[in-house]
Amino acid sequence: MKLKATIAATALALGAVPALAEGELNIYNWGNYTAPELIKKFETEYDVKVTVTDYDSNDTALAKIKAGGHGFDIVVPSGTYIPIFVGEGLLMESRPDQMENFKNMDPVWIDVEFDPGRHYTVPWQWGTVGITVNTSVYKGDINTAALLFEPPEELKGKINVVPEMMDVMSTAIYYKGGEQCTMDKAVLKEVRDMLVEAKKDWLSMDYGNIEKYAKGDLDAGLNWNGASMRARLENGDIAFGLPVTGYPVWMDNAAILADAKNPDNAKAFLNFIMAPENAAMLSNFAKYANGIKGSAEFMTDDLKNAPEVNPSDELKAAGKISKSCPPEAQKIYTAIWTELQK
Amino acid sequence: MSEAVSFQKRAARRRWFLLTPALVVLLLAASGPLLIVVIYSFLTPGDYGGVVWEFSPNAWFSVVLERDFFTEQLGFADAHLSILWRSVKLSLMTAALTFALGFPTAYFIATRPAHKRDFWMLLIMIPFWTNLLIRTFAIMELIRAEGTVNSFLLWTGVINEPIQMLFTEFAILLGMSYVYLPLMVLPIYASMERFDFSLVEAGYDLYGSRWRVLRRVIFPLVKPGVIAGSILVFVPSLGAYVAPRVLGGGKQLMLGNLIELQFGAGRNWPVGAALSLTLLLIVTVALMFYVRAAGNEEGPGHG
Repeated sequence: MKLKATIAATALALGAVPALAEGELNIYNWGNYTAPELIKKFETEYDVKVTVTDYDSNDTALAKIKAGGHGFDIVVPSGTYIPIFVGEGLLMESRPDQMENFKNMDPVWIDVEFDPGRHYTVPWQWGTVGITVNTSVYKGDINTAALLFEPPEELKGKINVVPEMMDVMSTAIYYKGGEQCTMDKAVLKEVRDMLVEAKKDWLSMDYGNIEKYAKGDLDAGLNWNGASMRARLENGDIAFGLPVTGYPVWMDNAAILADAKNPDNAKAFLNFIMAPENAAMLSNFAKYANGIKGSAEFMTDDLKNAPEVNPSDELKAAGKISKSCPPEAQKIYTAIWTELQK
Repeated sequence: MSEAVSFQKRAARRRWFLLTPALVVLLLAASGPLLIVVIYSFLTPGDYGGVVWEFSPNAWFSVVLERDFFTEQLGFADAHLSILWRSVKLSLMTAALTFALGFPTAYFIATRPAHKRDFWMLLIMIPFWTNLLIRTFAIMELIRAEGTVNSFLLWTGVINEPIQMLFTEFAILLGMSYVYLPLMVLPIYASMERFDFSLVEAGYDLYGSRWRVLRRVIFPLVKPGVIAGSILVFVPSLGAYVAPRVLGGGKQLMLGNLIELQFGAGRNWPVGAALSLTLLLIVTVALMFYVRAAGNEEGPGHG
């Protein structure tokens, strides 16, 4: 009799608590991009052990996941890579649009070209590709890509360009008056010649440069707005310009891998980061905007008022949301890119 | 008679049977993956990485040749060849620099009293226990514009503005030499330890100058160690990835980085495979040179 009661009580208790995900979650994300406090919060709330592994480019992530045997549950590719991931059958159709917290998503980011209606992905962060400048070294106009492609004397030899092929190519193509994904040989030839010539004045083509800008190893470079802001917080002379000729706007998106070992935990995580207070934690750490309504009130003041995240209307208009280019265009860009990297 | 034959047969069979584990390991772990690389190098690249199962010799052509995208003209693959040349050049320089530093070091240790040598060897080995990345980043910290070396030179007034050392070929050379120095010291020390130093005294007794004794007595006898050390340094330098990535700033690519680029952003696995095999070929040539040199050493030496 007593035993029966115990069993009943246990069953009741189990039924009363919503089914909590337990176990593990393996996230594969860009380096220095996952807020540790957010992970800790998720771990305690869901009783899940989270492991974060870094990559440094979309291509690295794509190659590794395609090769298989990676053991990851979640990946965070840029929007331009989502169609590739989906086309290659690497992502699970996890239907974030039917999740509880989807109501928080900013409508602007729902019907995006790379994932219409959000059947696969949830916004992680979005931002702009512009130009970080140390204003104590260079005093002129910073809203031009000429700083990288035809650099003034004082910046020569102190320039870094992030080795993200499409960002570099797009910025250069806009600067030469071309359209995104152009196959116009005349424009591309100009772009190639300009880049090869400009590279002589570049110091490096590398990621992870926040420290180097702050400490004066670098004085200018193609950079992301959030990374630039983090450098500014360490060194007040750092400013962020956006080329008026046009600049890429990107969004990184969390998605569940088709062969995820912990799909339930992964779904719980996607829903988790759509909550405004959690999305704000991502932004507070990485210093980019997110696609979640109402997250601003949980953001730190320095982020809410940051010029990097809130450009003027004129500059805002010059931004162009990045899309994936057809393989033929990609092939030409890769040829130019390899030549540039030799 | 027939019993003896069948015994021999059985013995042979048992030998093969006992060899099976080693053969399986050799076949699966060594030749198998290499074979996959060879096959991949003859396939067509997929649009988004991977390979399409269609035969194509293009990857091998593009190791040395390329078609200019704008003029459709066939020419040498300037990008690949200059990276190849940089790799060989820097690896040779690394071997030379580690020899210049490693030979005196090994000599110093070998001439200490026997019970103290272990201590000096330990000092050479300790950095080797630290992770490669950490050692490379330590070099970066030293030579960056605001790093230890520049700060010190600025402070003493030797220079007025920082010297750009990071992200140059010099930085890669320095990083690789530091990392691979023990690989040069160890074999030289091993041959010097066996070296009979009374031969040096004999040389002096016969009025040999210091330089002549070094050149004509010590060096010929420790030469196998020097060659072994040079190979041990040259081979990993050739495929180095970390030093050029961290200290070269991503625009002084070496062969290892070029291969990675093909498997990553380049999305051309066949070319990556062909480049890997090219690297293997260069290493084989270097090793053949070593076997030859070591063989010559023994020939007339014993005659």
